[in-house]
Amino acid sequence: MIARNGTQRPDYAAIAQSVQRGAHVLDLGCGDGTLLKYLQQSRGVTGYGVDIDDGNVLACVKNGVNVIQSDLERGLSEFEDNSFDFVVLSQTLQAMRNTERIMREMLRVGRAGIVTFPNFGYWKNRLQVLRGRMPISENLPFEWFNTPNIHLCTVTDFERFCAERGIRIVARTVLTGGRPLTSLPNLLGELAVYHFAG
Amino acid sequence: MTPERRLRGFFMAASKILDSPTSVGTVVPQTARFTEPLPLRSGAVLRDYELVYETYGELNADHSNAVLVCHALNASHHVAGVYADDPGNVGWWDNMIGPGKPLDTSRFFVIGVNNLGGCHGSTGPLSINPDTGSPWGGDFPVITVEDWVDAQARLADQLGINRFAAVMGGSLGAMQALAWSIRYPKRLQHSIVIACAPNLSAQNIAFNEVARQAIITDPDFNDGHYQVKGATPKRGLRVARMVGHITYLSDDEMANKFGRQLKHGKLNYTFETEFEIESYLRHQGNKFADHFDANTYLRITKVLDYFDPALEHGGDLTQALHNVTAGVLVVSFTTDWRFSPERSREIVHALLDNRVRVTYAEIDAPHGHDAFLLDDPRYHRLVAAYFERVHREIAS
Repeated sequence: MIARNGTQRPDYAAIAQSVQRGAHVLDLGCGDGTLLKYLQQSRGVTGYGVDIDDGNVLACVKNGVNVIQSDLERGLSEFEDNSFDFVVLSQTLQAMRNTERIMREMLRVGRAGIVTFPNFGYWKNRLQVLRGRMPISENLPFEWFNTPNIHLCTVTDFERFCAERGIRIVARTVLTGGRPLTSLPNLLGELAVYHFAG
Repeated sequence: MTPERRLRGFFMAASKILDSPTSVGTVVPQTARFTEPLPLRSGAVLRDYELVYETYGELNADHSNAVLVCHALNASHHVAGVYADDPGNVGWWDNMIGPGKPLDTSRFFVIGVNNLGGCHGSTGPLSINPDTGSPWGGDFPVITVEDWVDAQARLADQLGINRFAAVMGGSLGAMQALAWSIRYPKRLQHSIVIACAPNLSAQNIAFNEVARQAIITDPDFNDGHYQVKGATPKRGLRVARMVGHITYLSDDEMANKFGRQLKHGKLNYTFETEFEIESYLRHQGNKFADHFDANTYLRITKVLDYFDPALEHGGDLTQALHNVTAGVLVVSFTTDWRFSPERSREIVHALLDNRVRVTYAEIDAPHGHDAFLLDDPRYHRLVAAYFERVHREIAS
């Protein structure tokens, strides 16, 4: 999982745009609860974070965010079908071992899902690969040998993945330097935010 | 160790606690008397009764900072601090409760109460039955978690506490905290449920039944009327406690603490204590049998067996927790096989279904069920952070 604690990340505003006011939200891999706290304050949402790390669970309690300590890789068995308006997986998808399973679980417990991930097709990443190195950037801050990111993908890859599985993309926002882009998202986009439904 | 040395050690330990800035210091138990009859789940009615309790910290002006701490199987109202005349008798959750501790008595007014049927001063089998003028003994009614909670609510009334900032407990104490949130949803803001289960498994009931049979089949038991006969079923109580103790520790913890260590360095081929674990269990059994009442033990194991809030909802725990409005902190310990994390997750699941403000932490601790009583920095930090939140809520 990418470090996402403490600071307001650029994808948060994009996530908040998709989440309607007062919604019931589940934030998977919630870190210290910053996103949920932001959504509670800006959109009046209710809900829970899920995280496996002791330090993050403690930080959530300190942040006044309800958190469930659990391993996402084991699925979301604590949660009933359709019990949330939105299930968010923010910058965690690429670190999941079982990508397909978590996407299905998100759509089982939520009416809609939101995922954000670093776009591996971003031109700066491509350039680093062309130079013969694994990309390192603000969104991909790890070395090849210590990265938790085992399932990196591009915007095109993700859309194909969804199409093949009948997952409907409701909205897409692709960001660079925190600002949304309109053209050539797979080449110019640094961070992708997808709002999807079953 | 000579008795003198032991005594000196004992006083040194006590003075250390008294001098510690994080101890509540010397405490004095109090007694509350109730004359309004208490109907029990079993159908019996307690005409009048007493509850012994202790308090730590100060009740604030609007009475909003009270925290009730519920005890588990063998504990009492003596939750924190020491007694002036018995300075070695440290409260059973003293590491959790005191100034600057996770449940901070400089902020909260904390109440510990000995439950009905207990043997530490509250009305129980050792008390006099007003109908006969003799001790209740085996005639004391069988009680339930709900009966306890009802009695605690009356104590709260007497103390002028309409709403607790939190009700907290571990193990059987956690069942009371959970029952509070179901039975008196408006009378608590938070429920802190540690090392709990929504009901006992068959295996758990089985352990309790072994314990009960050990007591009941002791020739000194006399249908529970041993007190008037001048004998106590100590052998049974000892075995009951030994069985219990096995279930409170994890296999790993027992292996670490005792392994196959021998008491006398070699095998003697007798039935005297040979392994350290045998010696430990006998010591725990003896200690317990000297100060605990067998009738109380029988009843408390029944309290555990009967607890099952889902029962009257056709086994649907979600339905049982439908009225919960309190925020709930659920904590489990990975090596607790008596009340395993899976059982806590059942509670969490049902609370989530009801959209309750629930937080769940699973503490990776090696000590088994007993972990809830021990010093574990991750566990204590979490409880401290949660109480910080409770404090912020009542302050705003």
